[in-house]
Amino acid sequence: MTDRETVIEMQDVNKWYGESFQVLKNCSLTVGKGEVVVICGPSGSGKSTLVKCVNALEPIQQGTITVTGVEVNGAKTDLPKLRARVGMVFQSFELFPHMTIMENLCIGQRKVLGRSDDEAEAKATMLLERVGLLAQAQKYPGQLSGGQQQRVAIARALAMDPVAMLFDEPTSALDPEMINEVLDVMVALTQEGMTMMVVTHEMGFARKVADRIVFMDEGEIVEIGDRGTFFDDPKTERAKSFLSKILAH
Amino acid sequence: MVKGWNWDGFFDYLTNYYLFEGALVTLGLTVFAMTAGLAIGFALALMRMSKHKFISAPAVFYIWVFRGTPLLVQLIIIYTGLPQLGIKFTVLQSVLIGLAMCEGAYLAEILRAGISAVPAGQINAARAIGMKESQVMRYVIAPQALRIVIPPLGNSVNSVLKTTSIASIISMEELLRRTQVLIQERFLVLELFIVAALYYLAMTTIWDLIQRRIEARFGKAYGPMSIDKQ
Repeated sequence: MTDRETVIEMQDVNKWYGESFQVLKNCSLTVGKGEVVVICGPSGSGKSTLVKCVNALEPIQQGTITVTGVEVNGAKTDLPKLRARVGMVFQSFELFPHMTIMENLCIGQRKVLGRSDDEAEAKATMLLERVGLLAQAQKYPGQLSGGQQQRVAIARALAMDPVAMLFDEPTSALDPEMINEVLDVMVALTQEGMTMMVVTHEMGFARKVADRIVFMDEGEIVEIGDRGTFFDDPKTERAKSFLSKILAH
Repeated sequence: MVKGWNWDGFFDYLTNYYLFEGALVTLGLTVFAMTAGLAIGFALALMRMSKHKFISAPAVFYIWVFRGTPLLVQLIIIYTGLPQLGIKFTVLQSVLIGLAMCEGAYLAEILRAGISAVPAGQINAARAIGMKESQVMRYVIAPQALRIVIPPLGNSVNSVLKTTSIASIISMEELLRRTQVLIQERFLVLELFIVAALYYLAMTTIWDLIQRRIEARFGKAYGPMSIDKQ
């Protein structure tokens, strides 16, 4: 990733919950344009917290994070504006249950980006078609399966034309038979050159599309490797032990 | 001597315009108490949910005082007591102030419960697409909280409709006060108060029907509610 333009940069990020519990310890990571970085590690290792710091859904106490050069925790940073440029997909979808699928895709475009109703709907229609859910446009989230909801959630984030996408365990809440339909959409995104940070346990996905794998444990970034070396020849004992546990079957 | 039931008297009162007007006043007081109470209650709920003690503490104090004392006592203090300090209100002003302030305290707690019930993940999702805090409240929290609080709010309307009768104590000419005034004419206590009760019952029943329609409207995104489906 030597000659890529930097999109997300984290430097010596430290974060505590309360006085004593440190969730992130000196985390540094650079994500270049079009790069796909998969973050894995045992539960409680700080992976989700790390991605939530990128759009300041979680505050940090030390270090700096920038998105396309804009400091995330700067005193004068227009946070809503910055967040609008970073798409985020959550484990539990978080579609707005009181809005139709179409409204879910349009609300941010209209109220945040100031697009007209027609523009927003055209964009939403295009994206729903892309994730194969145009027929569901007038339904409410509660009427869709988990896999469909997560595809809508991805489309909602894409509707904002983000410079990068953050995924926080996007398939962890799904029934097994629905995981692939979501991963397919994500793989297609990587092929279009989207910059992505993905927290996931889907090692098949990581092996297929990740440019780099970040392994975290107890709040630290223990190892960063490309997909070949990380899976076949992990450097640290902790990564070896983690991989042996999750790849045992 | 047992007088028995007087049908003529009953129908006279049922069609009495003076009583009917009293019922309209009761209705007006209810609409005002709910509207002003919701405005006060919303402000109090937001204050109470603030992280800053100096913002939340006054709200906590207000709610403690107004929920912890009877409206009857509040009205007498406002109308009869405050003039001692040179603060004078007319009967109508006193009733409007008392109802709004008291109801505001109750509605604050209902609204706070509704707002708290919206999952944190929804707020994160709204922020993540770039909404400002005011937009998060308006487009994501409020509509979902509203659906949750409609049943308890409806309960409040029903309750306020009846509570307005307390205003009769400082001679506010609402339904109960006018009922009491009419007693002097013929002393048909049972017939007269049954008519008053029917007026209250009619108003609460009509509200019940309205509330059901509102609930159906706000629940349309969620399908029929049942307790055996998660």
